[in-house]
Amino acid sequence: MATKPTAAKAAAKKAPATKKAPATKKAPATKKAPATKKASAAKRAAAEKATTTPKAPASSKKPSATSKKPSATSKKATPATEKKGTTTKTPVRRTSSVAAGAARASGERARRRSTPLLSAPPVETAAPATATPTSSTVPEPTTPAKSAAAAQAAANPSATSPTGRRSAHRPHPTVRAKASAKATKQAGIRPQSPRAKRAADEAARRHLRVATVPEPKPKPARPASPDPTATQTDMSLPVPGIEELLSASIAAMRMAAQGAGISPEEIERRIAATLAFVRRRLEGDYSVDEFGYDEHFAEHVIFPMLRPIYRNWFRVEVRGLENIPDEGGALIVSNHSGTIAIDSLMVAQAIHDEHPKHRVMRALGADLVFQTPVIGSFARRGGSTLATGDDVDRLFAKGELVGVFPEGFKGVGKPFKERYKLQRFGRGGFVSAALKAGVPIIPTSVVGAEEIAPIIGNMKTVARLLGVPYAPITPTFPLLGPLGLIPLPSKWIIEFGAPIETASHGTGAADDPMLVFDLTDQVRETIQQTLYSLLMQRRSVFF
Amino acid sequence: MGQVVLVTGVSRYIGGVLARRLAADPGVDKVIGVDVIPPPRDLGGAEFVRADIRNPMIGKVIAQGDVDTVVHANVIATPTFAGGRTPQKEINVIGTMQLLAACQKASTVKRLVVKSTAAVYGSTPRDPAMFTEEMTAKRLPSSGFGKDSIEVEGYVRGFARRRPDAEILTLRFANIIGPRIRTSITDYFNLPVIPIPFGYDARLQFFHEDDAIAALVRGVTGSTTGVVNLAGDGVLTVVQAAAIARRPFVMVPMAAAGPLGGLGKRFGLVDFSPDQMSFLAFGRGMDTTVMRTTFGFNPTFSTRAAFEDFARTVTPVVPSFDAVTGAVGGLAGVAQQVLGRATGGRL
Repeated sequence: MATKPTAAKAAAKKAPATKKAPATKKAPATKKAPATKKASAAKRAAAEKATTTPKAPASSKKPSATSKKPSATSKKATPATEKKGTTTKTPVRRTSSVAAGAARASGERARRRSTPLLSAPPVETAAPATATPTSSTVPEPTTPAKSAAAAQAAANPSATSPTGRRSAHRPHPTVRAKASAKATKQAGIRPQSPRAKRAADEAARRHLRVATVPEPKPKPARPASPDPTATQTDMSLPVPGIEELLSASIAAMRMAAQGAGISPEEIERRIAATLAFVRRRLEGDYSVDEFGYDEHFAEHVIFPMLRPIYRNWFRVEVRGLENIPDEGGALIVSNHSGTIAIDSLMVAQAIHDEHPKHRVMRALGADLVFQTPVIGSFARRGGSTLATGDDVDRLFAKGELVGVFPEGFKGVGKPFKERYKLQRFGRGGFVSAALKAGVPIIPTSVVGAEEIAPIIGNMKTVARLLGVPYAPITPTFPLLGPLGLIPLPSKWIIEFGAPIETASHGTGAADDPMLVFDLTDQVRETIQQTLYSLLMQRRSVFF
Repeated sequence: MGQVVLVTGVSRYIGGVLARRLAADPGVDKVIGVDVIPPPRDLGGAEFVRADIRNPMIGKVIAQGDVDTVVHANVIATPTFAGGRTPQKEINVIGTMQLLAACQKASTVKRLVVKSTAAVYGSTPRDPAMFTEEMTAKRLPSSGFGKDSIEVEGYVRGFARRRPDAEILTLRFANIIGPRIRTSITDYFNLPVIPIPFGYDARLQFFHEDDAIAALVRGVTGSTTGVVNLAGDGVLTVVQAAAIARRPFVMVPMAAAGPLGGLGKRFGLVDFSPDQMSFLAFGRGMDTTVMRTTFGFNPTFSTRAAFEDFARTVTPVVPSFDAVTGAVGGLAGVAQQVLGRATGGRL
């Protein structure tokens, strides 16, 4: 942008004033400084000797900066006295020192609150940060930088603005080559502090170290003799590794295991697996998919945790596994019951454990599930996601096996006398999602879950107070307190029915409400009939 | 005849680097950088004009410079950097209003690129796993940066109605992270102990700062219009990110998050508004199909790589697993040697 002649004139008028300001202020201060300060000022002056602009030392205001290197002061005393001599030669400027100081202070203040510029002149150009040798050698960024800026303004009048005419007492802020700490902070840049730099270097070294270590995984040395004395014989090693400690402690555990009657190899394997697991969790060395499914956590925590309940408590019997495809999308639609919605976990466990491909069912949950702490994050880690069309479409596009329980809370919280009576299946959104993706629907029936916590009453006021869909009264809850939450050990049967094809209906079928309702009814009837037949086959509730 | 680009917010990291990068671009003739405070870094070939976008005078800058492309990168995410919530909101909302009014008047302006944010999608437990560009927030952010961003995008839509001839590109960035930039999320992961809402483990997406600059340059020089989500591949959870940054974390009940956040703000540790608290509880994911197809941008850093690049600059608090096992092994070895000496090698 071309500078107008008026602006240049104004800048020229302003320039001496700005140049005068720091010099006049500094001169008496330096003269009056006590011996120690004078010495430090001398050091500063010596440091600034290389700079192009001769100006008074600015460090007398900053005693903190002065005590940095006291050893260097005596050597550089002579140039300081010379400089002092030159600065005291300007007695004319001393008259306006108060005014200049006020101007400096107000300029600083003006910059501090320079954000609302509504009254300030609109457009100002500045030289795009020409890094002068002055500012690059100045050690303290605050005060010397300002004087450097003033000197620069004096040397380069085109860089100054038309502000000078209207408010001469406000030094015009120009682009400084070196930013003040505050400006850097405000601009959202993290200054690389020496500490941070050290940390970065250390981090780099650490990575190097990790790369060079061949196998840091603390697996117990299997070939090592189980005899603890065998490892302790090689005491020539300066610092024995973790293996020796582990083998010693594992040897102790083997003996304990032999006493308890468990295979020692099994114990050894489990400890190694646990340590490997803990290591990966602590280092964040696992991946989470876009829905929050954490395969590492699910395979090592959730499924192993549920397996004893699945096998020994409910003794789940699975039928019709061949109806679940080995790959590609499919929609599992199941009844929902049992007060605590553990049936969805058991269906997922059945598919994961018994299906030849060990597929993971991605269950769909209500928003209340993901709103609840702990349960919500566990559900996401276990592969669940919110029951919305967007998520289902996305899961089918990835060829996932999706599980849906369309009865929702109506099914889980229904009274015991209505057991095995399917509730309304919502609006059939799951059917239209399956139609859209063209995936088969697998009607699934779960028998046994109704009896794990029979609801004999519902505390509606409590439920309303807590903001939950139902607050059940069962024979054991809330009578026994937390113990009442333990489900009764009923015998379960899960049957996966024959898949209902949806691909043949073609595109656009998902928007046909008649077809959607028909299919929903078909699925619902299939599940209901299977439930009745399974109940007929069942010998008793608990066996 | 190349482009004449006006970049707002050049005193901040992204704006400054963008202005410098654009000035070096052969297709761009001239870059005018605008901000209220002088940029702390060299803008390279870009010309700095000290002006306030809240002032109608910004129109003069646009008119005098014959600006044809305006990049609005001055939506401030963190109130600490703007001097508090009130100036932040003023800069974000009034600034955008005035800037767009000036752009509307200036007939030379042909293209507008707005740096928006994923915060416009909000963060609730009812969110879909991944937001696509046409989705809106399930519950509109009621305060803070998210609300500002929604208002900014509202003004941009208004501008699009009044200037149908102008090309408008809105870039919704996931949390920008990297070794140099400082945002509230980098402050958060710099805390010695990271507070995490109890019982939640939000999914986060990150976008590396270098990718952000490259995407903005592409947005300026390219011809894509509309809205584009920008995020790195994959997601990280908060707990996982804390583990990668080698920080211990503490579970804080959501009810206590408000007072604790206030304390953190008081001590200048971190400045988190309530909508960012819910972000840390429920997280957010964005679908980036449009970024790859229509916009044609492939980020070089995945979410994880971007975070790891940032985590290298963070001083680790928790020692690594190797260090712990090494220390334990060393201690055991020393004990063993001492035992061995004491028993005279009989053991």
